[in-house]
Amino acid sequence: MNLQDYKGVFVFAQQVDCKISGVSFELIGKAKELAAELGTNVTAVILGDGVTALADSLAVYGADKVVVVDHPSLKEYTTEPYTHAMYSVIESYKPEVVLYGATAIGRDLAPRVSARVKTGLTADCTKLEVDAETKNLRMTRPAFGGNIMATIVCPDHRPQMATVRPGVMQRANKIAGAKADLDVVELTFEKNNKYVEVMEVVKTVVDKMDIMDAKILVSGGRGVGNKENFKLLEDFAKVIGGEVSSSRASVDAGWTEKDQQVGQTGKTVRPNLYFAIGISGAIQHLAGMEESDVIIAINKDETAPIFDVADYGLVGDFKAILPILTEQMKEIMA
Amino acid sequence: MKIVVCIKQVPDTNEVKLDPVTGTLIRDGVPSIINPDDKAGLEAALELKEANGAEVTVITMGPPQADAVLREAMAMGADNAYLVTDRAFGGADTLATSTTLAAAIKTLEYDLIITGRQAIDGDTAQVGPQIAEHLDIPNISYAEDIKVEGKDVIVKRQYEDRYHVVKVQMPCLITALGEMNKPRYMTPGGVFDAYRTKEVKVITRADLSVTDEVIGLKGSPTKVAQSFPKSVKPAGTKVILDPKDSAEYIIEKLQEKFII
Repeated sequence: MNLQDYKGVFVFAQQVDCKISGVSFELIGKAKELAAELGTNVTAVILGDGVTALADSLAVYGADKVVVVDHPSLKEYTTEPYTHAMYSVIESYKPEVVLYGATAIGRDLAPRVSARVKTGLTADCTKLEVDAETKNLRMTRPAFGGNIMATIVCPDHRPQMATVRPGVMQRANKIAGAKADLDVVELTFEKNNKYVEVMEVVKTVVDKMDIMDAKILVSGGRGVGNKENFKLLEDFAKVIGGEVSSSRASVDAGWTEKDQQVGQTGKTVRPNLYFAIGISGAIQHLAGMEESDVIIAINKDETAPIFDVADYGLVGDFKAILPILTEQMKEIMA
Repeated sequence: MKIVVCIKQVPDTNEVKLDPVTGTLIRDGVPSIINPDDKAGLEAALELKEANGAEVTVITMGPPQADAVLREAMAMGADNAYLVTDRAFGGADTLATSTTLAAAIKTLEYDLIITGRQAIDGDTAQVGPQIAEHLDIPNISYAEDIKVEGKDVIVKRQYEDRYHVVKVQMPCLITALGEMNKPRYMTPGGVFDAYRTKEVKVITRADLSVTDEVIGLKGSPTKVAQSFPKSVKPAGTKVILDPKDSAEYIIEKLQEKFII
């Protein structure tokens, strides 16, 4: 493999229902920084059915070039046609870096593509940088349940590929009115043993704000005690203009929904204000919220690890504190 | 129907603590367990066995002591167990690991392969889909439910805001979510059989038809350049006040920070 033949930073621009996922714009933002250091440009790859019209919005967020594969086989995400398309794009364009969102799609597609291309893949990265000397991509990720960080390199294979955790990278500034430099790639899709049939699509989230977009989160854990007590958190969240999120323990107990879960196996959030209520602060939870601007923790257990990351910790019973706080906030916000 | 379940022995990362002074992992006394997502996959296989009739084989790649998780799986109800172990497999990243496991699985018979979505020590979720690619079979990741209908598997496949009901033809590979079921306990009779009458078969380098270039350290495109403890931010302030003063303290801090 001649490494010099591989040029450009490529981003898999995930779309669902012809709507580009937020992480795609974050990846373009990061890719622009990397491309500047590598002296190359950024290409967004969009796969789907009826998605060519989305290309300009990728240019608006900074993609220098947009490659589109537009085909009915790519309507709903399934592994094989998407792998075929991504593999074909990589084979013909030979990028040096390919980034994917670490989403339920990206974390299925990227491993399959990596095994077909026979190159390395680093999962769920939270930091990407270019090595000043070798120009290799340094991919940093939490390992061991978030207990340690590991920096991974892929020195002798191209492309260097990574999935990147949503909510971690910053979007670039918009370029209003930008038009995409578009390449439409025509591919044939022949059904084989690896094609599957999507029999039903069931949407499970209804008009609720994504906790990743919330500025204020009121988050509850095992210490909340039961589902009814979450009402106290909801009342407070409403008054302060926040959303309710939770630890894994609350989801497992059936008090909250999976899409409200913060942490290693849930979502990564960085709101302006994060309330941790009855959350002990397992390392897996901290991994998902410790970048919040201000963290306030309420917990009965004085030794709870959440107090190590909280800017302000209150040792006490939230059932006594929260109703008073809600009432006082009502007066202030009125 | 023949089901192969891939399992991994992992340290229970919930039990891992950080040394507050050095920031390094304290591994002493941390128990080794079957990776939770893999255990859910095994439970799903055992339920399919009860519903449809099947032979369940568990396989793991790891050091000789990974024998323990295979015995536990047999005590839960798995019929056969294979330990893929050799110094030649050491230092493998996900690509080399999946290549090795796929080569080992090729020596067995299978209709359905189940892996956990991801292991709690590496958290990559990559080995399952990569095994499927090496075996040239379809994979469905993030399964919440698995049913078998004749030659097909019907999977409830989870996404962030939806799920798909997907039909896939066997042979295929499914990656299981930990929350899909509550794995059964070992039975006393099962434990007895697992240690006294059943055997763990060993697969080594010599049993696999792969080249040295695709396994172990040599077959691993990715290398760990550096690993380090997470940077810790300085602890904030902690107060013990009565409820009313607590509420006032919070409001005071929010005003200081211009949040309200």
